[in-house]
Amino acid sequence: MTADSTTPAQSHGAAQIEERASHWVQKKHFWGWTADDQVALDAWLAQSPAHRVAYLRLDAALNRSNRLAALKAPLSARAAPAKFRPYLSKLVAVFALVALIGGGISFLNPGPTIATYSTQVGARQTVALADGTHIEMNTNTRLRVALSKTERKVWLEKGEAYFQVTHNAKRPFTVYAGDKQVVDLGTKFLLRHEPGRLEVNLLEGQVEIGSEKNAKLGTTVLNPGDSAIVTANAVSVTRKTSRDIIEKLGWRRGVVTFDRTTLADAVTELNRYNRHKLIVTDPAAARITIGGTFDVNNVETFIDIAREDFGLKTQNRGDETVISK
Amino acid sequence: MADNHETSSEGINAPLAAPMTAPEVDDWFVREVLPLESSLNQFLHRNWRNASDIADLRQDIYVQVYEAALKDLPLRPRQFVFTTARNLLINRVRREQIVSIEAVADLDLMEIAEDSPAPDRAVIARDELLQLQVALDRLPARHREIFLMAQIEGLAGRQIAERLGLAESTVSLHLAKATRLIADHLYGAPKDLRREP
Repeated sequence: MTADSTTPAQSHGAAQIEERASHWVQKKHFWGWTADDQVALDAWLAQSPAHRVAYLRLDAALNRSNRLAALKAPLSARAAPAKFRPYLSKLVAVFALVALIGGGISFLNPGPTIATYSTQVGARQTVALADGTHIEMNTNTRLRVALSKTERKVWLEKGEAYFQVTHNAKRPFTVYAGDKQVVDLGTKFLLRHEPGRLEVNLLEGQVEIGSEKNAKLGTTVLNPGDSAIVTANAVSVTRKTSRDIIEKLGWRRGVVTFDRTTLADAVTELNRYNRHKLIVTDPAAARITIGGTFDVNNVETFIDIAREDFGLKTQNRGDETVISK
Repeated sequence: MADNHETSSEGINAPLAAPMTAPEVDDWFVREVLPLESSLNQFLHRNWRNASDIADLRQDIYVQVYEAALKDLPLRPRQFVFTTARNLLINRVRREQIVSIEAVADLDLMEIAEDSPAPDRAVIARDELLQLQVALDRLPARHREIFLMAQIEGLAGRQIAERLGLAESTVSLHLAKATRLIADHLYGAPKDLRREP
């Protein structure tokens, strides 16, 4: 094949060929694909190498866009998360129903009741309490709930949970995490409890943070958008944008968002959700920064990206994968 | 023809070049050639005055590279692609006698003779993640919505049509267009643009 014999025929219509190729590619990826379709595609591809390269290019772009981001969520603030909410709320409703059937029966009894709920690594669960409060539990989380006529108490023993509390001034709602407590004043908030550290993000209403056992801590009232880090003896409050908060709640949709996050931090975050742990051994690799939205349970994709796109070495050791430069 | 013999001469040194199967060449093309598209676009823009020819030129280059690879995979893809590009431009100038010869005068200045070290792959990969966001953002709203439903949510075209109350042919057209735009962005966007943090 020579340049002179091939170019005249092909130099007209790269745009048309690409259009045709894009039709085939989207049909194969997104619509039902039959044996007849494959025969027709093969025939078209065989007509000219120009058809084949155009098809290869678009097919690769779709594969790449899919794999690169492993996206599950709209990527930008402008991509209108509202469109995704209808399906999400359905999902949440299903979870809530399951939770009611599974754990709600004890609430039919009068008087204080105590129930314990926990999630495994990688799991999520929504608990619907009899008072209308919803608690969504993230991975590896355990909490106890005690409801009485005069008060409502939850102990977040470990992990992370998003609270949507039905406010009732006569029946205060308090969450205990270690020796700290967070008192609801009519509210949606996110709590993350790790050893020696409590993070409180407030979405709506107000909460009051304090410690019954450590008066020195005083009390701190949070307003919507406030994010508080509570350590043994201090509370520090920063303001978050609504986008930051939405990203912090990404786990409710099964995703985690990184934005110029170091590989070391990203791996720590993903490891919360997976039994198969990622380990970054050398400092040079740990400093690489990444961005994007990842399915929290899809650790394989993350490893693929580390290897194929970042050029890192990955070594599978059974229940862990070591990433190095 | 002579130019092509010259460009594929590196294959002579390969021990018994076995003919490649199409799937092997497909993989090779996606892995080695498509990532060069951004550089190739720059090369063509710099060396060809009529920007409206670029898409056709690129296609012709891809075809020649692909067909050569069917006989023997080039050992140095970058060098091979740019040599093919240069020869194609020269042939075009000779045959059409439309573009003045100066149009390709600085072709030899291009550092196509050697495979320059690839930029840090980590940098590219990180930027591509961000760049994919940009690419999606730049899609027209309806295209983006439909593309996200298909590619991210994993809905079939038929379900999307149902959900949005659109004709299936409309959804199909939107998906095709979105695919072309995403490919242009992932492969063809200028490197310096990609580097924007």
